[in-house]
Amino acid sequence: MDKRAVFKSWWLPILFALPQIALILLFFYWPAVAVMRWAFTLEPPFGGAAEFVGWANFQDVFADPFYWNSVGVSLIFAFCGTASTIVVGLVLALAVDRQLPGSGLFRFLYILPYAIAGPAAGMAFRFILSPERGLMASVNAVFPDFWNPAKYGSHALVLVIVIFAWKWAGYTFIFLLAGLQSVPRALTEAAAMDGAGPIRRAVDIQIPMLAPTLFFLLVIMMTEGFVGADTFGIVHHTTGGGPNHGTEVMVFRIVDEAFKGLNYSGASAQSIVLIGLIMVFTFIQFRFIEKRVHYK
Amino acid sequence: MKLSVIQSVLAGLLAATTLGASPAFAEKTKFEFWYGLSGDLSERVQDACKKFNESQADYEIVCTSQNGYDTTLQNTIAAYRAKKQPAITQIYDAGTLDLMLSGAFVPARKLMADNGYTIDWNNYFSGIANYYATSTGELNSFPFNSSTAMFYYNADAFQKAGIDFKPDTWEQVEEAARKLKAAGYECPLGFNFDPWPMLEQFSAIHNQPIATKANGYEGLDAELVFNKTKFVDHVKFFKKMADEKLFVVKTKQLGMDILPSFTSQTCQMIQTSIADHGTIGKTLPEGVKWDVAMLPVWKSTERQNSLVGGASLWVMAGRPEAEYKGAAAFLNYIATPEMAEWWSTVTGYIPVTKTGFDAMKAGGFYDKAPYKGRERAIESLAYTPTSQNTRGIRLGGFTQIRKEVSTSLEAIFMQNADVQAELDQAVERGNTVLRRFEKTYAGQKLN
Repeated sequence: MDKRAVFKSWWLPILFALPQIALILLFFYWPAVAVMRWAFTLEPPFGGAAEFVGWANFQDVFADPFYWNSVGVSLIFAFCGTASTIVVGLVLALAVDRQLPGSGLFRFLYILPYAIAGPAAGMAFRFILSPERGLMASVNAVFPDFWNPAKYGSHALVLVIVIFAWKWAGYTFIFLLAGLQSVPRALTEAAAMDGAGPIRRAVDIQIPMLAPTLFFLLVIMMTEGFVGADTFGIVHHTTGGGPNHGTEVMVFRIVDEAFKGLNYSGASAQSIVLIGLIMVFTFIQFRFIEKRVHYK
Repeated sequence: MKLSVIQSVLAGLLAATTLGASPAFAEKTKFEFWYGLSGDLSERVQDACKKFNESQADYEIVCTSQNGYDTTLQNTIAAYRAKKQPAITQIYDAGTLDLMLSGAFVPARKLMADNGYTIDWNNYFSGIANYYATSTGELNSFPFNSSTAMFYYNADAFQKAGIDFKPDTWEQVEEAARKLKAAGYECPLGFNFDPWPMLEQFSAIHNQPIATKANGYEGLDAELVFNKTKFVDHVKFFKKMADEKLFVVKTKQLGMDILPSFTSQTCQMIQTSIADHGTIGKTLPEGVKWDVAMLPVWKSTERQNSLVGGASLWVMAGRPEAEYKGAAAFLNYIATPEMAEWWSTVTGYIPVTKTGFDAMKAGGFYDKAPYKGRERAIESLAYTPTSQNTRGIRLGGFTQIRKEVSTSLEAIFMQNADVQAELDQAVERGNTVLRRFEKTYAGQKLN
């Protein structure tokens, strides 16, 4: 029964893995080491002698009230963004899974937004939801400042989360739909015969059976919300971090400091804190949530 | 069908090989030039490069747009660290000090002297040259595309509102704004949170310091002081006007930035760069009368020269000797009066040399309709000899400082924050940037 093929030589598997290892070393470990080095020195932009400053860069980062502001903004963005993408994706997937007429078309349509680059979506929504010229302009004409992301940080945050959810709901949708299709039909059919409506079936059978997929999406979307390229792209192209630091997520702040402010060291220190934060989150997720998701 | 595809591919290959062979035959020295202009202006730079390549047989310049001033600086830095820097790069005003302290460039004067060109360095307008020169007046880079902030107004709207004066002072601007409002114009003056006209140009023409140590020219230990100058009153004035809905915020977040707000005739007055002169003329519907003036000053202020904006060309260190000969030839070529005139005509930028300006003036360039008014930018730049406060801004991390200021302005105008408190905060945070910059370049001196 237990007939496993075992490679005698150790170098052959390594040889096959070499391209991948080289890529990881080149594009992950090497930059990570450079970031570590920069975080403890004052790196002049054009290179040259960099003075070792110990923890000073970190102290500067932690002493800055706007840094903590960006941590808060990032947390709100990641939590709300994750929650809304998963909820929207789940509702859409449950609806399409019922295979009513037109399901095929809707399945196609719901995935589409995922194919659009975050910055492009951000640019489009900046126009669509602009307070003076967009869809909400007529509402604003009657109730002034009903919707004004250029004025209120909270509105601006809603704006970037909506764009994020709009794009990524397509991604969660496809995973959840695949998950739903692997739920045994016999279970839902039996429940239906016992008189359970679609909502009861979803709550009591389908969603619990989806737990592993939901957990996977939770980890992926949280990471995406914190450090994803779209998070930066969307914020950069809609609010630019404003108004008054209202949507300054951590990645935006890092890119801005490094490449606009040429403060490579401060940005490196912030990157390291962010990496640490992601590790903590992922650890918590695996340690405490993963245990509950397996069904027998 | 298939045959013709193969044929055309073969023809292309043949053409490519012959094309590839010809430069090798001529033994031209190739060198690179990176610039930040994009869109229409990028095309004009490409034209200049083409003209240079056709004008002589020894060198070939390869020009690449990096699509933005800040990306050009970032990419130049990354390339320099990887030892793949271009021979010439275009760096914007705010990046000047970063380049100066980098030690990664060949000073303009040295380059031209080494390669046997005699340049009359005094021919540059002092208002322009001083921004890029060392404190002793030596130019490190070549002023290239230069602009300054100007005041644009819709003359038709002025006439309809019965305004019979030009907005030379801010008092007159206020009066004009009230009349425009009374005549039913929703947005008399549009403004955004760009500190370039509001802080930098305002401070220069009112002879107010932005930072100590002559705005940073005399040492890296300069400190920001704009929270204690006339600038504070100016912001308070803007705030009052904004509260009365005479001055209206126009940003792209709200749906429309100031330039389209002017060209769509939503707003009747704006402050923006002279480089937009061409765009405004092209975009406003035909027949609409508009005019451009120097930025207004407060009454009974002795007007000073305004600051130059735009970018200069830096020659990077660490390239083969032959490329420097080419770079010097190119820089010499684009500084010729004919090229200077061509460049100013096709873009909105102003000529950077006195002879270039005089030649254009004598040729009647500024009398004709689409270019009329651009000479006022020169007038503004050369209004007085430069003072300590109007020589330029030599502060490290200035892009970041600009951002702190515009964030403060955003808080003041969008969220009703206290003017003094916000500007104090911008100064405090800006000073942190300066101190970090000073530490990063510890032991280096401004020369």
